[in-house]
Amino acid sequence: MSDTITAEDPLSGEEIELPSDVEVGEIIDSPATGAELEVVSLDPVTLEEAPELEEDWGE
Amino acid sequence: MHVGLLYSRIRRDEKLLLNELRDRGHEVTKIDVRNEQFDLTEPPESFAGVDVVVDRCLATSRSIYITRFLQSYGIPVVNSHETADICADKAKNSLALADAGVPTPNTKVAFTVDSAMEIVEEFGYPCVLKPVVGSWGRLMAKIDSESAAEAILEHKSTLGHYEHKVFYIQEFVEKPGRDIRVLATDGEPVAAMVRSSDHWLTNAAKGASVEEFELDDRAKELVKQASDAVGGGLLGVDLMEAGDEYTVHEVNHTVEFKALNDAVETDVPATVVDWLEAKVDGEQSLAEVSA
Repeated sequence: MSDTITAEDPLSGEEIELPSDVEVGEIIDSPATGAELEVVSLDPVTLEEAPELEEDWGE
Repeated sequence: MHVGLLYSRIRRDEKLLLNELRDRGHEVTKIDVRNEQFDLTEPPESFAGVDVVVDRCLATSRSIYITRFLQSYGIPVVNSHETADICADKAKNSLALADAGVPTPNTKVAFTVDSAMEIVEEFGYPCVLKPVVGSWGRLMAKIDSESAAEAILEHKSTLGHYEHKVFYIQEFVEKPGRDIRVLATDGEPVAAMVRSSDHWLTNAAKGASVEEFELDDRAKELVKQASDAVGGGLLGVDLMEAGDEYTVHEVNHTVEFKALNDAVETDVPATVVDWLEAKVDGEQSLAEVSA
């Protein structure tokens, strides 16, 4: 099994490589643009721009 | 056990937990808080059959409300609503620590610019102004002069959300360029690290370097007291070294641990899941006895 899979970067339209074990809700840094992307579905993997940081986020 | 993991983002911290739970054969239901609706009496379907919910919401506001709903439904949640409510607010956090006799930096709260200025003048320069809700070192101000204080307070009173008009002012603690983060489960330290930086803020999120730290008995004692003060649970206790003593500046309730896991020998997610298993076993035994 391949360790990476590919998906389209929604911001640049480029095909980018992701770890094969990504899951829905996971945040990844786009190797194409550096933007944070959220995995919104699997099979096929679909990415969206991650929500922007809000003031009450944190630990 | 069946664990509901409540999230709005799966970060590396959540992934470490998910992998550990799944590797041990536990059933895991990921619950995206953005998709849920909360009824006054019946829990959403996604929560059916869970033994415990682990709250990993990134948004403090969501964390506080959902833990309260889960409490009403009778669904065990880590951390509890009471703990989330205290830890989410720096003023409540400081009060809980002070009430429990835990050394914590001298702090005052005021609601007008004039009253806040009086506190700043009393503490002297520098002192620190923090938002009551917030994290990762954001919007923290080290106030070095009267003119800076006037400007920052005016901006906060004019530009911010009403919470920014709650002026939380703290003495500046001369720490040795580092602070200590302890991950603890019900007051029992899992692992600890120091976060070092040339900057006055030493949050890992601000790029501080981290390394493992060996806690002495006094630090362990304070971690236990600080955990108890906020109601226990899976917590990040932050301490600073102040001379021969420690001072606990805050306890975090949806604690991140990826940086800690990278810095220490301990398998952090495994230890957290050990604790979670014991907690669920304990609650189920208790339920059987009282049935």
